[in-house]
Amino acid sequence: MASIELANVSKRFGPVQVIDNLSLTVNSNEFMVFLGPSGCGKSTLLRMIAGLESIDDGEIRIDGQRVDHLPPGERGIAMVFQHYALYPHMTVRDNMSFGLRNIGVAPEEITKRVNRAAEMLEISQLLDRKPGQMSGGQRQRVAIGRAIVKEPKAFLFDEPLSNLDAALRVRTRVELAQLHNRVLSTMIFVTHDQIEAMTLAHRIVVMNNRKIEQVGSPMEIYSRPATRFVAEFVGSPAMNFVPVTVGQGASGASVTLADGMVVQTTVPSQALEIGATYDLGIRAEALQVVPAGTGDVSGKAEVIERLGDRTLVYVRLSTGALVVGEAEGDSKVVTGDAVSVKFDGSRTHLFDARGQAYHGL
Amino acid sequence: MAQTDASISLSTPNVATSRNTLKVDRPRWSNMLFVAPFLFFFVLLLVVPMFWGMWLSLTKADLFGPGKFLGLNNYARLFTDKIFIGAILNTFYFVFLTVPALAILGLTLALVLNKQTRSATVLRAIFFATSVLSVTVVTLVWRIVFIPDMGLLSVIFGWFGANSPKFLSDPKLAMIGVAIATVWWGIGLPMVLFLAALQQIPGEIYEAAALDNTSRWRTLWYITLPSIRRTFVLVIIIQIVFQFQLFGQAQLMTGGGPNNASRPIVLYIYEAAFKRFDVGMGAAASEVLFALILIAAMAQYFVARRRGED
Repeated sequence: MASIELANVSKRFGPVQVIDNLSLTVNSNEFMVFLGPSGCGKSTLLRMIAGLESIDDGEIRIDGQRVDHLPPGERGIAMVFQHYALYPHMTVRDNMSFGLRNIGVAPEEITKRVNRAAEMLEISQLLDRKPGQMSGGQRQRVAIGRAIVKEPKAFLFDEPLSNLDAALRVRTRVELAQLHNRVLSTMIFVTHDQIEAMTLAHRIVVMNNRKIEQVGSPMEIYSRPATRFVAEFVGSPAMNFVPVTVGQGASGASVTLADGMVVQTTVPSQALEIGATYDLGIRAEALQVVPAGTGDVSGKAEVIERLGDRTLVYVRLSTGALVVGEAEGDSKVVTGDAVSVKFDGSRTHLFDARGQAYHGL
Repeated sequence: MAQTDASISLSTPNVATSRNTLKVDRPRWSNMLFVAPFLFFFVLLLVVPMFWGMWLSLTKADLFGPGKFLGLNNYARLFTDKIFIGAILNTFYFVFLTVPALAILGLTLALVLNKQTRSATVLRAIFFATSVLSVTVVTLVWRIVFIPDMGLLSVIFGWFGANSPKFLSDPKLAMIGVAIATVWWGIGLPMVLFLAALQQIPGEIYEAAALDNTSRWRTLWYITLPSIRRTFVLVIIIQIVFQFQLFGQAQLMTGGGPNNASRPIVLYIYEAAFKRFDVGMGAAASEVLFALILIAAMAQYFVARRRGED
């Protein structure tokens, strides 16, 4: 139930800069997800908030109080680790109560909190077992339970689902969302899995190369990516990029593809350099695959992925570019078919050479 | 005729199947060839001498001819020999002095030196370095330290106007002197074993402990020590086995004296078998030592295992 502020935070490991002058505010009770590829600095950032890594510059505040000089135990936060980090020689009950005993909480209060958390997580029957006698999913619950009993100001999760199998991961994801509703606390969740980020977060921080690329709600991140990196990283299948030349259109920039085909976008042309080359970004759902001759650009179907409700078709355009578009779920298209693609100009984005995005209205 | 053909053709696959099954299940004695070289030397150099030793302990034998069967006479003689009883007590005293010291000092050094700094690396090497010395060098060094009036110890005590303890000539201190030299000599192995165990503990557990507000002492007591419990038992068992076999240090530093105060069992065995040529008696003393080591190591193992299960 606390806000977390990072102001101009930097971190170096020897000569390697891992976090570079980063500022961010996580609001009270917010579920914030740090999303990014391996090595982008997201876990380091989380560990800096936890106090497991020192910071070289800047300040970290929890609920307005500066904490970057405090040891981890005095910051009032709890963390769930990727590999659970349960104490192997202690029972579940001892694992959960150890932190409370360290700070001298009364035994009756400890028992009450442990039992309540165990009931909430449905692990009451496991309280006398040791971690070695439990499955990965059960250990994960214990690790979450250990965090809950502390009644912390904020929960930090470091890729907690990555060691679970696919089915359990989905179930635990839903349970985490329910848990947040129940305990109403500030939560920061680190992941490289965009589905976890999209489904859990109030806001997502997309990180790349030691810096924040964008902070926004899941739909903002998806629909209005700030940079080409965000557009590529978030969404499955990844956004298509086609090189175009920008021209002045009636209600926004009109762009010309390599084969001379013109697509009318809703991107305001004032911010764009007319005549310059940009990359047109368009998601698969805005690129409809239709029978040959009925769309904007012709091409050949190279790979078909039937997902049931929709069919993804990888089309080699006559311009040479490979794009992925959507056809109806019951589409009869097969590999090698001549097809055509139809651009939805209102759902296109333009990216300049620096990767900066320009969106329609 | 047609019927016979049919029955043959039906039964043939069954025969083939059962033969294949047999091949899988039947022990293949030819595989023994792979372990035969090891087994040969193991039996020749360990099993045969062990049983031969047991047989010798029941005979009156010297080094030059076949022995005469005596039954348990050698054992009866041993347990009425005050020097042998003294040697057993001396050996237990020595084990009591060295094993806890080696375990606790080894653990302390490992805890202090379990760092990635250059000074820790150098100190680890220095503390382990004594282990590569031979017993003659070790005892020479410590004789120079302990030698009365001129030794390093007497020089240091002299600075404070005091007389140094006479580790080599005082019957009460002789075994302690031998134990000090032994701990100094053998501290490397327990330290390295503990270091290896400490480095096996996942760092995340310590991070979880830090987030759990765990003090340094509670971390040591509740996280580190339980995590290296198995290594602790291993070190204790190894050291019990090693230290029961005290020989070189006692012989070279004190010669078992003064007045048999530092005479261990192995020195007694050596003198019985190779100085008095009473090989049967030496073998009997060896069997007693074997039983003592076995009992001590097993007791330690079972106690530790039961505690672990609790």
